[in-house]
Amino acid sequence: MQKSLHLDAYKCTGCLQCEMACSYEKEGAFNPAKSRIKVFTFHDLGRFSPYTCTQCAEAWCLHACPVEAITTNVATGAKEVNETLCVGCKVCTISCPFGTINYNTETHKVDKCDLCGGDPACAKACPTEAIVYIDAEQTGYDKMQKYAQLNLTQGE
Amino acid sequence: MAWTEKVLRVNLTARTTFVEPLNMEWANQYLGQRGLGSKYLSEEIDPKVEPLSPENKLIMITGPLTGTMAATGGRYSIVTKSPLTSAIACSNSGGFIGAEIKNAGWDMIIFEGKADSPVYLYIENDDVKILPADDLWGNSVWKTDEMLHQKHQDPLLRVACIGRSAEQQCLYASVINDLHRAAGRSGVGTVMASKNLKAVAVRGTKGVGNIKDFPRFLNATNQAKQVLAGDSITHEGLPTYGTQVLMNVINEIGAMPTRNMRDVQFDGAERISGEAMHQIRASDNKANLTTNAACFGCTIACGRISTIDKGHFSIQNKPEYWHASGGLEYEAAWALGSDLGIDDLDALTYANFICNEDGFDPISFGSTLAAAMEMYEQGLISKAQTGGIELNFGNAEALVKMVELTAKGEGFGKELGLGSKRLCEKYGNPDLSMTVKGQEFPAYDPRGIQGMGLTYATSNRGACHLRGYTVSSEVLGVPEKTDPLTTEGKPELAKAFQDATAAIDSSGLCVFTTFAWTLDDIAPQLDAACQGDWTAEKLLEVGERIWNLERQFNLDAGLTGKDDNLPKRLLKEAAKTGPAKGKVNELGKMLPEYYQLRGWTADGVPKQETLQRLGLV
Amino acid sequence: MHHVIIGAGPAGVIAAETLRKYDKKSAITLIGDEPEPPYSRMAIPYLLMQNIEEQGTYLRKGNDHYRRLAIDLCHDRVIGLDTAQKQVHLQNDKTLNYDKLLIATGSHPVTPPIPGITLPGVNHCWTLADARQIAAKIKPGSKVVLMGAGFIGCIILEALVKRGAELTVVEQGDRMVPRMMNEKAGNLIKRWCIDKGIRVLTSTRVEAVESGQASRLSIKLAGQTTLAADLLVSATGVQPNIAFLKNTDIKTEQGILIDRHMQTSVADIYAAGDVAQGLDFSSGENTVQAIQPTAAEHAQIAAKNMLGLPGARFQGAVNMNVLDTLGLISSSFGLWMGADSGDQAERYDPENFKYLNLQFADDVLVGATTIGFTQHVGVLRGLIQNKMHLRDWKPRLQQDPSRVMDAWLATHQVLA
Repeated sequence: MQKSLHLDAYKCTGCLQCEMACSYEKEGAFNPAKSRIKVFTFHDLGRFSPYTCTQCAEAWCLHACPVEAITTNVATGAKEVNETLCVGCKVCTISCPFGTINYNTETHKVDKCDLCGGDPACAKACPTEAIVYIDAEQTGYDKMQKYAQLNLTQGE
Repeated sequence: MAWTEKVLRVNLTARTTFVEPLNMEWANQYLGQRGLGSKYLSEEIDPKVEPLSPENKLIMITGPLTGTMAATGGRYSIVTKSPLTSAIACSNSGGFIGAEIKNAGWDMIIFEGKADSPVYLYIENDDVKILPADDLWGNSVWKTDEMLHQKHQDPLLRVACIGRSAEQQCLYASVINDLHRAAGRSGVGTVMASKNLKAVAVRGTKGVGNIKDFPRFLNATNQAKQVLAGDSITHEGLPTYGTQVLMNVINEIGAMPTRNMRDVQFDGAERISGEAMHQIRASDNKANLTTNAACFGCTIACGRISTIDKGHFSIQNKPEYWHASGGLEYEAAWALGSDLGIDDLDALTYANFICNEDGFDPISFGSTLAAAMEMYEQGLISKAQTGGIELNFGNAEALVKMVELTAKGEGFGKELGLGSKRLCEKYGNPDLSMTVKGQEFPAYDPRGIQGMGLTYATSNRGACHLRGYTVSSEVLGVPEKTDPLTTEGKPELAKAFQDATAAIDSSGLCVFTTFAWTLDDIAPQLDAACQGDWTAEKLLEVGERIWNLERQFNLDAGLTGKDDNLPKRLLKEAAKTGPAKGKVNELGKMLPEYYQLRGWTADGVPKQETLQRLGLV
Repeated sequence: MHHVIIGAGPAGVIAAETLRKYDKKSAITLIGDEPEPPYSRMAIPYLLMQNIEEQGTYLRKGNDHYRRLAIDLCHDRVIGLDTAQKQVHLQNDKTLNYDKLLIATGSHPVTPPIPGITLPGVNHCWTLADARQIAAKIKPGSKVVLMGAGFIGCIILEALVKRGAELTVVEQGDRMVPRMMNEKAGNLIKRWCIDKGIRVLTSTRVEAVESGQASRLSIKLAGQTTLAADLLVSATGVQPNIAFLKNTDIKTEQGILIDRHMQTSVADIYAAGDVAQGLDFSSGENTVQAIQPTAAEHAQIAAKNMLGLPGARFQGAVNMNVLDTLGLISSSFGLWMGADSGDQAERYDPENFKYLNLQFADDVLVGATTIGFTQHVGVLRGLIQNKMHLRDWKPRLQQDPSRVMDAWLATHQVLA
């Protein structure tokens, strides 16, 4: 059974431990600005929304990449960026309708969530279970993927 | 390590900025935030300086653990000389800007001089600009925050700024960051305004990577997080009720200052408690509390986010307040509630919104209004002077009106901006000012909690609960239970709490962790992050050094042992109800022993040997 | 069943792979007329910058990728098409029979009608062969004139500078990237380039190229100006490769007209990518977009329809581009120039080279332009393509357009 990240805005307190964990895992420093998962704050509503790549099946970023730098990890389902192959053309960053693959102006490559190879640091760091890594079925992940497909390619 | 080792010095007069290396010798002696900021201030200004003159300086400073994964590692402090107390001021705030400053590569920012017209400081990593703020001046904190976000087109820009109260020289104006987190006390916002500095806007993308031993640090912080997660206060009480978890507890033990501390219990306490914030209102089927919220890196999340009933009289025609924002902490609920005899939860929440929106301390404001109400009831203040408002205890409409006036420094609000001490002197009854060194009391009546009388009296920034929270032991039994009604052992308890707190206030961590943590939980985190060896013993020594440094500053500023005092009411008028009925605070019994334990003379002056032991000579 | 694909660019390759994904049996032939393995023109600037080797431009990295998928990769050139016989004629006298045909022949750079444009010192920058020539011609200090500051001109600009060229850009329009950026944005990019030491001449054009005396070329501009140059790089636009269809009944305008199933006017013949004139999401008209994401979308939908799979109906592609001009990153989406009687939201911060412009029709986002933003820009596409009613988020975005990500989350019930 493939797992996915389940994000729950109602449980999130906005502490950003996930962003620090992610940036430490990926960059070796506590640096929310470099995190692949982001918490968006809706101050007026009193709501915090953790948000990252849904690893969609027919990934926009993957198909848009001109040099096969984005591939699917068959074990986790994650769409992973091969930094050696990525030329930094940024086409994936405008293709992803979720805005979850971003250009890094320091490395001149793109960054995205890769589920940490199946052991996501953000989920481990979350103190309130607003981010959990669980069986894909339970997360409504399929629904979200289907939703993405329907609304963004076929629908009218 | 853990420090960025970089100081940003901003000369507002000349509109120039300089980069300096952090004095690492001092960092090793004073850690960061409160301690290190106080050291820099002591070295750089004459303690006798006029607080609102260009010669005063304002320091924004992080701690070594600010911006790290340590739980609650998001704190920063503002250190300056207070216009309210003329003593050293250090106000500590959470939110997100502290970590942002660190992420931008700075340990601290020193503001000196005064700009000849309004400015704000914009920081994007190494890119630092002093920019004109003429358009921002005259706007509230909330509006300023919005304008800066629009201008810089960056939702992640973090803003700390002052509101209109500070511009109007309210003496207890705060610096508000992230819309509703405050460096709240002692008028640090007033000093910022005196420099024509409207805001500091920061974006940092460098991160904090300078950790001595990452694996050990992660291990230490994880263990400490487990301690927080296993404690009933930090894991249940605080996230569920916030600091408002205390309202009913403190009321029951008869230490709830009520109606300008005439009483020690408030019959409306339950209606303004943390529990009440969860109750569904009949009027709109919603609770006052919308959610709890965390500051940067905090795994406790005690912050309150509240929404006022749209139909409530305070906002019924003001849709701009129909959204969620920072709700009542215990201190605000007390000062705006029981101290004014008001039990209208939404009115208190509205007043709290306004304190955030225009940046002033709800404790000092509530307490000053309480004194005004008492003088009004005594006939010392007339209806003509209040602009036709009946300033009676229990009058929620009066609270709403007065908080609005104080926000803008208009009408009687200008008078309230003086603070309780000056207001009571002006209107002829100084004894009604519930202050120490000119700063208003927080929410614990020292007749019902004896140790707090001593910590209030000796606090280096005037009356304050956060300088030595003996409530923890006397009421909550942390780390061990002592009797709140006796003075025995309290000097020792006060000193231990004061020293430990000074160290924690300097680390980048939040003092609320100490409901569950001891220095033994904190030291390993610092030791793994910072160069040098950091043990609980060393932290206590650092704390004691900080305490004595602050004391020395105040003595040099002209304060004396005579200022370690409490208002007559608390020393002479006995508590009327509850477990402390018949009690006054017995400060006189505790103070001499306290001086002795501190290694101070009978006049409260640190002895030479004490200063030598702490490396303060 | 035999699927034949003409053109081995991104559209051709993705179509071939999609065909194979759903159909393990049929024969698939992929015809490309360049000698290299299928590669990406998008990667050429990075090759010129020497960030990558030629292999780094290849669309697929595995040596046996096409063989493993049983895709017959054929290096040849199509010279004719017989739609009645369902045959493709190749340059080497071979003829292929097809059951389904996909035309993905891409485009070629326009050669403007300027005297001297065929002189040896003039180069396009389109193919790997072009790139090799340019690389050989530019030495540090070489005087290079770049004719055309469109999308292609701009993406190769940095590479030319990095190779040491002393660069002058000549653009006919009144700003840089005039077909992708509005006046403010195009001029901001222009000023950025000037600040970086590039000479940028807009609202002028090259009238003639001659062999020079001191330098190799003498380039005459409208008016009296003459530029001395060692190399002229011509980047004045591209046109679909449709010449070989001249004698067929396949309908073409600028490109090959396709329906919502990517089928041309002739049954069993499909088109995809730069050569196809397909539905534009924003205008509702058929246009040639010539961009990578559209090529990828076309290819997948075309392949599915070639196989008769249900539900693969094209809803139109959002035109969009992203540019990196000497480190200044810009993008534009959909109706960036605005919709009739629509509102806009704009923040212009020229001092910091930041620009954000959102275009609305009613309360739906229909277009956007960004300069200086790298985070979450894709969500602009999401908002446009999902036609989400922004409701109270529209006025908020008009106040602060940088909150597009918040608007996405709030309108997509991620918060619910």
